[in-house]
Amino acid sequence: MNANFAAFLYLVSGVLFIMALRGLSHPATSRKGNTYGMVGMGIAIVTTLLLAKPTFGGFLLIVLGLAIGGGAGAVIARRIAMTSMPQLVAAFHSLVGLAAVMVAAAAMYAPESFGIGTVGDIHAQALVEMSLGVAIGAITFTGSIIAFLKLDGRMSGKPILLTGRHFVNAGLAIALVVLVIMLVFTQSTTVFWLIVLLSLALGVLIIVPIGGADMPVVVSMLNSYSGWAAAGIGFTLGNLALIITGALVGSSGAILSYIMCKGMNRSFISVILGGFGGEAAAAAVDDGVQRTVKQGAADDAAFLMANASKVIIVPGYGMAVAQAQHALRELGDQLKAAGVDVKYAIHPVAGRMPGHMNVLLAEANVPYDEVFELEDINSEFAQADVAYVIGANDVTNPAARDDPSSPIYGMPILDVDKAKTCLFVKRSLGSGYAGIDNTLFYKDGTMMLLGDAKKVTEDIVKALHA
Amino acid sequence: MANEALEKALDALDKAVAAVQQAALNLPDTAEAAGALAHGATGGAIDPFVFRLAIFVLSIFVGYYVVWSVTPALHTPLMAVTNAISSVIVVGALLAVGISASGLATGFGFIALVLASVNIFGGFLVTQRMLAMYKKKDK
Repeated sequence: MNANFAAFLYLVSGVLFIMALRGLSHPATSRKGNTYGMVGMGIAIVTTLLLAKPTFGGFLLIVLGLAIGGGAGAVIARRIAMTSMPQLVAAFHSLVGLAAVMVAAAAMYAPESFGIGTVGDIHAQALVEMSLGVAIGAITFTGSIIAFLKLDGRMSGKPILLTGRHFVNAGLAIALVVLVIMLVFTQSTTVFWLIVLLSLALGVLIIVPIGGADMPVVVSMLNSYSGWAAAGIGFTLGNLALIITGALVGSSGAILSYIMCKGMNRSFISVILGGFGGEAAAAAVDDGVQRTVKQGAADDAAFLMANASKVIIVPGYGMAVAQAQHALRELGDQLKAAGVDVKYAIHPVAGRMPGHMNVLLAEANVPYDEVFELEDINSEFAQADVAYVIGANDVTNPAARDDPSSPIYGMPILDVDKAKTCLFVKRSLGSGYAGIDNTLFYKDGTMMLLGDAKKVTEDIVKALHA
Repeated sequence: MANEALEKALDALDKAVAAVQQAALNLPDTAEAAGALAHGATGGAIDPFVFRLAIFVLSIFVGYYVVWSVTPALHTPLMAVTNAISSVIVVGALLAVGISASGLATGFGFIALVLASVNIFGGFLVTQRMLAMYKKKDK
């Protein structure tokens, strides 16, 4: 195939990817958008095959690779539980990172296939672009694995703080720059693999000190990295589809990280430097005042809800852990049947990744037009009779609004305390992820419902029936 | 220095003149000649890298505006789909496997191909599965 025509087709697939993202501006257009994405990918693959003109053996190998990977991917996509979506996305990021490293390695050993020179005489510019892609790819790979392990609960969500880690990281970063320069002058594969090794180590060191509650930022950030890695490789190959996609994904991840940081009122730098959550638990002030907590049972909650005219449900990570979304929708249906106005309020950082709660509610068949974002619903709490907080904690803590000494002061919160009654489902009276005592528990209008989120919700549904 | 610049300019002028002559000789090819003329005028100095960089920078801006228009309710599908499209890195893997120049390169390419395919199929299908769940209120 003519190289110019191929470049044109790559441009088309890049445009289709843009349209895929554009489709996500509304749930109604999103499915069409996803189809555009698939078509774009198909065009990119077919174009490359026509351009590469593989031998019969090579073609078989390609079909084999696509079948193995595609089969595995399809099975995973079908089987994965919606609650595990953050882990899955982290795992997928790691694959993109490693793929970028592998493509760069292939380019290092067979530069002729990519038109960037010959072994031992690869264009300096291509080498620099490639090393950037490979370094970011390797960081994405190990960083995403650590994020996956933390999200999947196979590794403690507590930040692991090594002494002098900032110096070590800075040293590694400087060493990377030196190695890239060495690579350009020596063309040595040893230097190439050293870059890979250092970047792999750096990926682990960057993510290990970041606590579980900051994972929404981390996952978004790694999303962004995987894009920049793809763009780096795209420059090496001079491939428009890769360059466009890399830029799209890179800026998408960066915007999501920004939104998540804003949702927590934290700077991106402080999240990256890590260490939040964990040690803060000791900071809970004991002011000596005897504070009482009002506890209630499912029957009390059912009574309050049945007599309410407006109920706002606030789900959080605890709902995902308890898999309570289906029970919650049943509760919503019951209340709606009884003529109660039911709405759902979602905090931007509820859950472990951007939009986590929305997906779970959608899975439970909650219509998306009953689900609202913080800024759209916050003013309605004052008119609500009941706020049902299930598995959310820090994002409802009035201290963030009223107490300048609180570590989370300034973080936007859902004003559940303004509702007439706040029903707070919680496993025990412990503090939230940030390790901060929630003053909401001691307010007059708050009733604590202690127990598993799913069990409590099911009990309320039963009590409503009776 | 000045001499070199002058020589370059003369060289460019030569190219331009040649292009004009070519155009005069071969009228139907005017467009091509005009391109060659422009090329000659700049001394052919614009590296393809500059064009790629331009596309890259513009795409970042496109991405910026498009992603801000994504509704927060769909941020999880957004991550899944960006993940799927970033596996367009598969084109690099296909080139490595398809044009087998060395055994090692083919091997690395094959690994990249398998990894990227997991992502392509997994990413798009899981996005589709998620998006299928977003429904409106029954009227």
